[in-house]
Amino acid sequence: MQKYSIFSLARNALSGHKNWTRAWKSPPLRDRYEVIIIGAGGHGLATAYYLAKEHGITDVAVLDRGWLGGGNIARNTVTIRSNYLRDESIPFYVKSVSLFEGLTKELNFNMMHSKRTMIDVVHNYPKMRELRRRQLTMDIYNSTYDNISTEEVRRRVPALTGGGPGSRLPVIGGMVHTDAGVNRHDAVAWGYARAADSHGVEMHEQTPVLSLIRGSDGAISGVQTSRGVVHAKKVVVAVSGHTTTLTETAGLRLPLRTMNLTAFVSEPVKPLVDVIVNCPDLGFYFSQSDKGEMVIGGAPDSGQSFRRDIKQHVFEDTVGAMLELFPSFKKLKLLRQWGGHLDITHDASPIMDETDVPGLFVTAGWWGGYKAIPAGGLTLAHHVATGRPHPLMEKFTVKRFKNLDFIMETGTTTAR
Amino acid sequence: MSNRLATGGRIDRARPLTFTFNGTRFTGFEGDTLASALLASGATLTARSFKYHRPRGIVSAGVEEPSSLVELMGDDASGNNAITTVQLSDGLVAKSVNCWPSPQFDFGALNQLISRFIPAGFYYKTFKWPSWHLFEPTIRRAAGLANAPASAPSTGHFETRNAHVDILIAGAGPAGLAAALVAGKSGARVILADETNEAGGSILNRNLEINGKPALEWVAKTVAELADMPNVIHLQSSTVWAYREHNLLCINERSPDHKTVLERNWRVRAKKVIIATGAIERTLVFSNNDRPGVMLASAIQTYVNRYAVLPGKLVVLFTNNDSAYGVAADILAAGGQVKAIVDSRNSVPQFALDRAPGVEVISGYVVSDVAGRSRVKSVTVTSRDGESERSIICDLLGYSGGWNPTVHLFSQSRGTLKFNTKLAAFLPEKAVQACICAGASSGEITLSDALSDGAAKATAAVKSLGFKLKPLKNLAVQQSFYTVEPLWRVESSAKGKAFLDFQNDVTVSDVQLAMREGYSNVEHVKRYTTGGMGIDQGKTGNINIIGTVAMEQNATLADVGTTTFRSPYTPVSFGAINGLREGSVILPYRHTPITSWNHENGAFMYESGARWRRPGYFPRGDEHFQDTVNRECLTVRNNVGCYDGSPLGKFELKGPNVGEFLDLIYTNIMSNLAPGKGRYGMMLSEDGLILDDGVALRLDKHRWLISTSTGHADAIHQHMEKILQFDQPHWKVMITNVTSQWNNVTICGPNARNLMKKFATNIDLSSDSFPFMEFRDGTFADLPARIVRVSFTGELSFEINVAPRHLRDLWDKIMAAGTSFNIAPIGSEANHVLRVEKGFLSLGHEVDGTVDAYDLGLSWIMSKKKSDYIGKRSVDLRRAGNKVRRELVGLLPDDPNCQIPEGAPLTPSGKKQATEGLVTACVWSVVNNRWIALALLENGRARRGETAHVRLQNSVIPAQITAPVFYDPDGKVLRS
Amino acid sequence: MLLINCPFCGERNETEYVYGGPVSADRPDPTAVNDDEWIDYLTMVPNPVGPTHERWWHAKGCGDWFTLWRDTATHDIVKGPKK
Repeated sequence: MQKYSIFSLARNALSGHKNWTRAWKSPPLRDRYEVIIIGAGGHGLATAYYLAKEHGITDVAVLDRGWLGGGNIARNTVTIRSNYLRDESIPFYVKSVSLFEGLTKELNFNMMHSKRTMIDVVHNYPKMRELRRRQLTMDIYNSTYDNISTEEVRRRVPALTGGGPGSRLPVIGGMVHTDAGVNRHDAVAWGYARAADSHGVEMHEQTPVLSLIRGSDGAISGVQTSRGVVHAKKVVVAVSGHTTTLTETAGLRLPLRTMNLTAFVSEPVKPLVDVIVNCPDLGFYFSQSDKGEMVIGGAPDSGQSFRRDIKQHVFEDTVGAMLELFPSFKKLKLLRQWGGHLDITHDASPIMDETDVPGLFVTAGWWGGYKAIPAGGLTLAHHVATGRPHPLMEKFTVKRFKNLDFIMETGTTTAR
Repeated sequence: MSNRLATGGRIDRARPLTFTFNGTRFTGFEGDTLASALLASGATLTARSFKYHRPRGIVSAGVEEPSSLVELMGDDASGNNAITTVQLSDGLVAKSVNCWPSPQFDFGALNQLISRFIPAGFYYKTFKWPSWHLFEPTIRRAAGLANAPASAPSTGHFETRNAHVDILIAGAGPAGLAAALVAGKSGARVILADETNEAGGSILNRNLEINGKPALEWVAKTVAELADMPNVIHLQSSTVWAYREHNLLCINERSPDHKTVLERNWRVRAKKVIIATGAIERTLVFSNNDRPGVMLASAIQTYVNRYAVLPGKLVVLFTNNDSAYGVAADILAAGGQVKAIVDSRNSVPQFALDRAPGVEVISGYVVSDVAGRSRVKSVTVTSRDGESERSIICDLLGYSGGWNPTVHLFSQSRGTLKFNTKLAAFLPEKAVQACICAGASSGEITLSDALSDGAAKATAAVKSLGFKLKPLKNLAVQQSFYTVEPLWRVESSAKGKAFLDFQNDVTVSDVQLAMREGYSNVEHVKRYTTGGMGIDQGKTGNINIIGTVAMEQNATLADVGTTTFRSPYTPVSFGAINGLREGSVILPYRHTPITSWNHENGAFMYESGARWRRPGYFPRGDEHFQDTVNRECLTVRNNVGCYDGSPLGKFELKGPNVGEFLDLIYTNIMSNLAPGKGRYGMMLSEDGLILDDGVALRLDKHRWLISTSTGHADAIHQHMEKILQFDQPHWKVMITNVTSQWNNVTICGPNARNLMKKFATNIDLSSDSFPFMEFRDGTFADLPARIVRVSFTGELSFEINVAPRHLRDLWDKIMAAGTSFNIAPIGSEANHVLRVEKGFLSLGHEVDGTVDAYDLGLSWIMSKKKSDYIGKRSVDLRRAGNKVRRELVGLLPDDPNCQIPEGAPLTPSGKKQATEGLVTACVWSVVNNRWIALALLENGRARRGETAHVRLQNSVIPAQITAPVFYDPDGKVLRS
Repeated sequence: MLLINCPFCGERNETEYVYGGPVSADRPDPTAVNDDEWIDYLTMVPNPVGPTHERWWHAKGCGDWFTLWRDTATHDIVKGPKK
């Protein structure tokens, strides 16, 4: 892998940047691999990377119907955090956050990881009680979450001038999650792809998988792509939103619904907000990108959707809530908005498991899966390589639904 | 005013306006934009670029401006505004963004010295050691363009308007006006919206004739005609910025009719949409194509014709198409000098040449370089084969790369695009919603074509909607033509940077680098180089990026495709999007008739679900919180207290099948309840989790009243109707939401009956004839009332239900009559304490979405007799797994004075390991004089008498596990 | 924001309605199905890319629960499943 550093940058500058090599190659598609990963998004690429790096499995093809990193990894709001509620979830996300912190060095690719903390702004006492519960449970897993006063919230978020006493949405305090941060999303895809490529993993873009193929024993045997059949004894489906579309071609139904989630950015302005602001009661959150745009996320649409579009009323509700707390944003301008689709399970927790189809693995049901990419990739690679679930993900089985053994993370804070 | 022409233009020379730009005072005229006024004053250097801080000038005359952004100060403060869209007003104060101290002398320009070290994506390769955090603050400060406004506008407000129309027309250029005329005359309801301050579109910018007269006369006549049509709403300064599903479009109107309205957002539902948004001229890409004094040819034409400004004395035009010849003609007509037209095409059509007689046309040549740092001094003109070269002195270079139909809205509507090789542009292909492009946006570039296309498209729309067509007078327009030969970038040996995206400083070599590194999909190129991601969203330059990618890949533009066109078309302020929804109307509170009494009596109000607001506690004097709560609790336990229970959800169910229905939705049997009696019940969701609890009263054989928790009333209503309308449509059950028809006061405490007796009533209140869990209809205090014996506090209680109009009257009477018992209103805090003492459940505390009735010790409520009710099968199935369950227990901290935070985890021996439960509630019990708690604990019931451990961050609280009831365990008080 | 045709009230904005999920299998007799069938009924919902039969409640209107076919890829309200 070509080393990236200030020195290599200087050296290449002198040769007119003509000697940079491709971040990932584009080899011909073979008809057999040890492992096929469908979906060159965050989870797919991370799984490929850790398969190669941690388990020495390099005969891996990552197939994508479009361009690498073009799914939700290109559409999320870059927030990383571990303030979850349940014992099953917290340690997993703590691991993910710590992996994110080392990713720039690990992949030799600047992730622009900015551990800038998240502040939850709280408006009512039941919510405060719920967050305090979270705080004490998170502490068991060394995830930091501290209660702060309204004055402290305002000191750290000076632009929060609304929500005064007597207003409709009075701020009664907040929580600080210092482990939270933001991280350039495209860099995650490109960094993992480049590193996986250097281990021999192949990335194949514009290669839609049309169906999954099972052998006579019922186990997975390969995939039908637009470029022909490719065989593998192990296939990972990492295609947020389209999981059921694919697994149903193998006769496998999963408890997933596809929903639309939207985000938008403001025009770029000089630094104004230094932390991630999350308003769980109002259903919106934002952070300011290094480029200066406010990156704002809100509530999901009702109804299943593959449309990747924004609904005007959902959007207006989000904007209204934001302006109530940040009235100076009234003259700030919307620059761009977009949607992504993701699948959600019955209990809003993910599924990472080998399915009833032997050799077929899925990673799905991510509801804010960006922050889970490193740990998701690491643990799924472990499962694929060893045949045993990783301890950090063993609860996220698809079997749990058969006992109605839910991991309820519904109501978990908004920021995805 | 060195560049202002003596005559012409749509400016009012009688109304001079003074403004300040970068600290210098200038004057312009009414009708000017900030750009035209500055150009008139000879100002050329108006901006610095984002990354390299190169000097930049004004490139365009419209929303597509890629180069000069300004920050507005004072009352109109706003961040990044295209200089070409700022309408001049007296006293306007503006400054360039992202340069310090000024565009003339900018420290950031030091970046130019290191520009070779900071190509596209350089930051992915560096700033890694020792940590990004070291560099990030500096990078952040350097980025970001303008400052955000520091406060909301001090005066005025935003608003929203909804409209339904037959035809929405976006754009009031020739096509849009013609379409509006056809549609308006037919009687269809029409909205015509245009982004600029005047109708006319390209006609305003050019010297054109219709019917042998200046085309602007036709525009004026048309506008007047439309104004007379009551079925037509004509909006200027109004941008159609979003095209959503089901033909919902949003219009941002910026100068509404009323002075206090700052901006208005229209949500328009249209049966048909005619997109007549025109076309945007493309830049050309060559070395130093960003120097001040290099601008779009059409922009020069606009400044000359519309603003009477000739931005340069010696003009060179560089083109690959015919439209620049018209520009030359207008410059000549205005008295300017066109030194040459450099045309990349080897042959130029005669009709084009005829438009600019006497001007030297250098065909088969390109402009390969520009000299002059802060102002064009000369251009290098090179033959296409690179063999011959000459230099031309000039102070203004106009370039035209051809025209891109403005397909943004069409694309937002999900319509598909197709690359048209004749026009070398992406054109609308297949519409998905009821819309159609007309005029230049559909590729009909010339005036005559645009006019007839607009009329034709409107005719079709009108017909399809069933309106009657009225014939339109024929418009005589001189035939003109438009041909183009694509030139995505000039290939030459010139060393200067050739910009594809001015705003984000993306050059040809950046795109080449991205592709060399494998970021070869056009979306990768966009993201790696940030091309097209500026404020202008690449309106002039994206096509050249696509063209450059295509050239590098030896592919066609059709192969490469476009990146996605997203809303908004141009930036829209969040205030406008939000409209009037702020303050008290954003999430309006729901009130009971006691709200004002609560306020008058010092209640501390809580928001309590479903937007109801309830008193949390009623502090007296300088009482502390805990003192207040203790006092309120003691009042209830020892005497009598009262509260307003009106927000509780209430539904009346009527019909012969209500009994069966309730047996299905509640876990226990309801159908055998006798009229006059009530029963506590629990509802589950089908997956066996607790949905809600409440009391059902049987009013008579076929009539029931059920209560739900405050926060879940709407959800339960939905749940019930869904079952009735889908699953059991044959059941005769009618549901009426009577939450707001019945308000109530609950009187609770040992003296409750004594207080009740002070009032005239025809109801026998004795416990023998009116026992617990029954109700009576009658009169109370001369009011029609329904009295229910339910209790949420564990005390003798009477819930007196009356019509809302009577509630305050009743409340006042009770407060007055209660003084002899020292009656006090109690808030939700005291209610919480009282219910915890009794071990009553609370949704959100004990019922947290994971427990079932067995966990809560309510096995009796899960009917064994019924073979089915909603949730039964799932509960049975889940419990068959014999998994360890968390069960409701009481906790008594070993130290009676030790409060446990609600929500605190229980872990084995208080160790730092996975939780085995949590404390759901902890209160100071006035009857036990100590802290008590409820908790959910693994195998909790079997562990009574043992010690559980609450794990806090720095300490462990041991507590004895008890039954979850701390007061009147037998319910004697309750039933008294 | 969808424009939904209530069979009783006519076309109204989506904001007047509550989404009630896709029409899945009818509720089976819980005493007559095995565990797998019951779990299937509970947790599996149709999730097609394309026309989906779904339920809506005119909550801020007449209170009617009705079904319609909506294409999840386009949000268009369509006549029925793809033939």
